[in-house]
Amino acid sequence: MTACPEKDPMLQALLDGELDAANAIAIEQHLKTCAGCAAQYAALQAVRDRLAEAELASPAPEHLRSRIVAMLDNEDRRSAPAPRRPWWAGVAAAWSATGAMAAVAAALFVFELAPTANLLEAQLMDAHLRSLQPGHLIDVATSDRHVVRPWFNGRIDYAPPVPDLVAKGFPLVGGRLDYADGRPVAALVYRHGAHVINLFVLRDRGASLPRPSHAPPGYAVLHWRDGGLDYWAISDVEDGQIRAFKTAFEAAS
Amino acid sequence: MPALVFRPFLALGVAPQRQGRAVPAGAGARSARAADQPLGPRDARRFRDLMLPQMDAAYGFARFLTRDPVAAEDLVQDAYLKAYRAFAGFRGGDAKAWLFAVVRSTFLMDVRRGGLEVVADDAEAVADPADTPETQLMRRSGDAAVRAAVEALPDPFREAIVLRELEEMSYREIAEITAAPIGTVMSRLARARSLLAAALGVEART
Repeated sequence: MTACPEKDPMLQALLDGELDAANAIAIEQHLKTCAGCAAQYAALQAVRDRLAEAELASPAPEHLRSRIVAMLDNEDRRSAPAPRRPWWAGVAAAWSATGAMAAVAAALFVFELAPTANLLEAQLMDAHLRSLQPGHLIDVATSDRHVVRPWFNGRIDYAPPVPDLVAKGFPLVGGRLDYADGRPVAALVYRHGAHVINLFVLRDRGASLPRPSHAPPGYAVLHWRDGGLDYWAISDVEDGQIRAFKTAFEAAS
Repeated sequence: MPALVFRPFLALGVAPQRQGRAVPAGAGARSARAADQPLGPRDARRFRDLMLPQMDAAYGFARFLTRDPVAAEDLVQDAYLKAYRAFAGFRGGDAKAWLFAVVRSTFLMDVRRGGLEVVADDAEAVADPADTPETQLMRRSGDAAVRAAVEALPDPFREAIVLRELEEMSYREIAEITAAPIGTVMSRLARARSLLAAALGVEART
């Protein structure tokens, strides 16, 4: 340490070019007469030189740059054509579009009755069917999970895992924000052959499991929980396929 | 005693007076919530013009925050998204300092959420269990040793010294980005330097 510990802040500030002229001259005078402070100052400079010589800067990798540009392109598209609607506009649109089932949900919501898991399943089934209408499937269309994951950031208050399952035969095609159970819900959209698989991810609220499932004929619904999240996979693939999807998803997330 | 060589700007002793910084005190998080509104095409273009050139610096900063190249990528991407959505709250001033504040607040939020796995750099330790951290550091040469020494610094010292030595930011800028008083910035820099001097074997000889 220095011979004059009280001078150390001045030495630091001198090194950093943060002293005014009067103080700088004073401390430089001191350095000429105090070997201890001079040595300390030399050590500070040596540390700075070591840091400057080492190549510590690391340029952003090219793939990160393209990921961020793709993300911004996507954000631009979202905000450009129509200003983002307030959350209740989305609710209103969803309600008016989905008819009787949603009206029931609305009534329950208004009276603050917690929807049961079966009602939730019905809502999600509705959302699945609606998503198959032209233009409704995806809000963010990309097979890049690094784009989908942050897209949900700020739209929902949890972070669903978004694994890439293309190797297992379930390519990711995008993500969507839905509304069910009185809250925004993340929907991950995967494909299996010509079939769409909607994977709805909600925060687990401990709703009771629906047994048996009330899915319409020809549709498969699989519900599981993991790490505080509630997963609902809905598709018109065969039962075996949706279980294979769940296995692949769990193995990859 | 070695001859002292003063760098010209130090010999002049004039503190660079940079004024008119408009960095949101404390970071972008607060303004991010207040200003989350869609950007018009002009602002969206301005965002790219101002912020994309800062990506190398932001990534370098993120690497030292996370101490992990992959986590740094995620951090930078999340920060750009947050910055984009909060850009309506950017009132001009230094784009880099503003972005850095967002990077830092995003990092702190990740850490608090526990979502960020900070991977300890222990690959080499596994390779040779007889190694102590010190011998490891000695064995690594040059750049890697310096990087390891910086990464070994506790968070507040590390971010201060990185902003100062890599980004050559002024005390005022560092204080604004890290939401700390200038006196605190100074003592953190002093502490960081003394830890680095010890780790790198730089001694003050009298």
